[in-house]
Amino acid sequence: MAQEIRNYTMNFGPQHPAAHGVLRLVLEMDGETIVRADPHIGLLHRGTEKLAESKPFNQSIGYMDRLDYVSMMCNEHAYVRAIENLLGIEAPERAQYIRTMFDEITRILNHLMWVGSNALDLGAMAVFLYAFREREELMDVYEAVSGARMHATYYRPGGVYRDLPDHMSQYRESPWHKGKDLKRLNSWREGSMLDYLDAFTDDFPKKVDEYEELLTGNRIWKQRTVGIGVISPEQAQAWGMTGAMLRGSGVAWDLRKKQPYAKYAEMDFDIPVGVQGDCYDRYLVRVEEMRQSNRIIKQCVKWLKANPGPVMVENFKVAPPRREVMKEDMEAMIHHFKLFSEGYGVPAGETYAAVEAPKGEFGCYLVSDGANKPFRVHLRAPGFAHLSSIDAIVRGHLLADVVAMIGTYDLVFGEVDR
Amino acid sequence: MTDMQKTSLAERLAARFGDTLKISVVRNETVAELAAADLLAVATALRDEPGFRFSELVDLCGVDYFGYGQTEWDTSDVSWTGFSRGVEGEAVGRFDWADRPHDVNHPHRFASVMQLLSIEHNQRLRLRVFCADDSLPLVPSLTAVWPGVNWFEREAFDLYGIIYDGHPDLRRILTDYGFVGHPFRKDFPLIGNVEVRYDAEQKRVVYEPVTSVVPRVGVPRVIRDDADLMQAKAEAADDWRRN
Repeated sequence: MAQEIRNYTMNFGPQHPAAHGVLRLVLEMDGETIVRADPHIGLLHRGTEKLAESKPFNQSIGYMDRLDYVSMMCNEHAYVRAIENLLGIEAPERAQYIRTMFDEITRILNHLMWVGSNALDLGAMAVFLYAFREREELMDVYEAVSGARMHATYYRPGGVYRDLPDHMSQYRESPWHKGKDLKRLNSWREGSMLDYLDAFTDDFPKKVDEYEELLTGNRIWKQRTVGIGVISPEQAQAWGMTGAMLRGSGVAWDLRKKQPYAKYAEMDFDIPVGVQGDCYDRYLVRVEEMRQSNRIIKQCVKWLKANPGPVMVENFKVAPPRREVMKEDMEAMIHHFKLFSEGYGVPAGETYAAVEAPKGEFGCYLVSDGANKPFRVHLRAPGFAHLSSIDAIVRGHLLADVVAMIGTYDLVFGEVDR
Repeated sequence: MTDMQKTSLAERLAARFGDTLKISVVRNETVAELAAADLLAVATALRDEPGFRFSELVDLCGVDYFGYGQTEWDTSDVSWTGFSRGVEGEAVGRFDWADRPHDVNHPHRFASVMQLLSIEHNQRLRLRVFCADDSLPLVPSLTAVWPGVNWFEREAFDLYGIIYDGHPDLRRILTDYGFVGHPFRKDFPLIGNVEVRYDAEQKRVVYEPVTSVVPRVGVPRVIRDDADLMQAKAEAADDWRRN
């Protein structure tokens, strides 16, 4: 008599370390093969879009950082750009360069997090530690410019909150940092933030070589990623994929090139694309994107060093007046009071503004009825669209490949659940 | 391709679909409004026909137009006592479930808004479908045209209660298991209806009517006339940004 084997259902997450936060994945298994994958999301749903409806426009910028919390400033950029569209204002050139630079710093931050955690999921511990070494250096830049290492709230409609600082904070002597070690840590930090970034961009390609040395030719890494999770270009488009997920399948689509915003039209950089559309190609695409981001940062640093100027529009309906002016000028005082209490009215209308966030197209659909608060904000998160395809992609794969797939989606549940 | 460069997307849409679409172009963003009954046919044509090739549906979301243009603080009239001081109105966050606003005369509250992207032609298009019946908002599902819309439709169903006809698996997606109501509707209180806590006696998490938070919003919702002047200015400077 033949033995009957029944499918069984397995709960993956929400407490599993490879579930990248709070994904609860209900897997229907036939032995070790996936028959059906049903992700349950929303465990991190905070109703950001509804909260934004109850607050003046500027008060929601900080919420954007908390969506995709490893690519903070890119989220802000989409939201701020949507408001600027409706207001009909444009940030000054220097602010546009600063935004371009920070978008790319953010991209490196995101991809470092991604390469580290994905390698960790697939069994390579060391990359995570290396990646966090460089993340630390870039988070110091976030801190220098905004005071916060992660949730910066730095972009504003009409520019950025303030100009780049003239100096980087240095390490103080302590039982852990002293002597030669201390000198090495502070060697980049003698000058301004831009000098620091200059040193970083000179150094960073060597660091990317280190990650590649650990992974690109690694036999185990290739066994876990080559030919896994293959997505055809047609499939990628049908499932609304963007960013590295789409480029990994060989579609050369990048908003920074195709629909340039900020200063990307002036930047010299290349768009890497994959061939096979598997997890390995997407890894290669992201690693190359780090190198290209490094190039863009270098170009921005050069321009910013040579061209001082305003970083915020001179429109006191949206930009706060300078503190010194406020002390003497009644008008400035009133503008300040109105801006920080009531905010500003945004003309009635609707717009969709998208940026090429590290994970794909991050869009903000904004409807205003002319009030000082948005009528409707919808945030288009790339991870949400990507994760929805998991059932179609992993069917027939093994359980271990699901981990590789979740990793390659580059999921962050702050943005998936919003 | 030369034909493509000569005519704008709006012109080509008008030529192909005629009165089916109500087309407008604002700030170089093309928007087409259409009836729910036409949606499937139009969407399929937009995806497949060489002049359009909208291969990706980037985004879909619900919108609740309830209370559009409503303010809480009158700034246009000044009486001998000056501007009104009190906040009047029931905008988001100011009411609980018992006091939620009711609006009987609000035709076409709900809309489903889609952002399409053509990778081949590097073009975007926004589609909007208003639901005919507010008590049972119904829109045909696009899952057969773009499979990736599946979760976006589930989200709009969950948050707004828009029902996507023909959707293979229209479950809630973002809210809690067993959630009641559609939280992003404008008449759903920002504080919610239930709160959870751990009950030490029952040794489990219990759901109770919300009491620990009260409706509170610091800043009133204001529409000022000077915003209209800025709008005129913005439209005059229309082509400063491409998409």
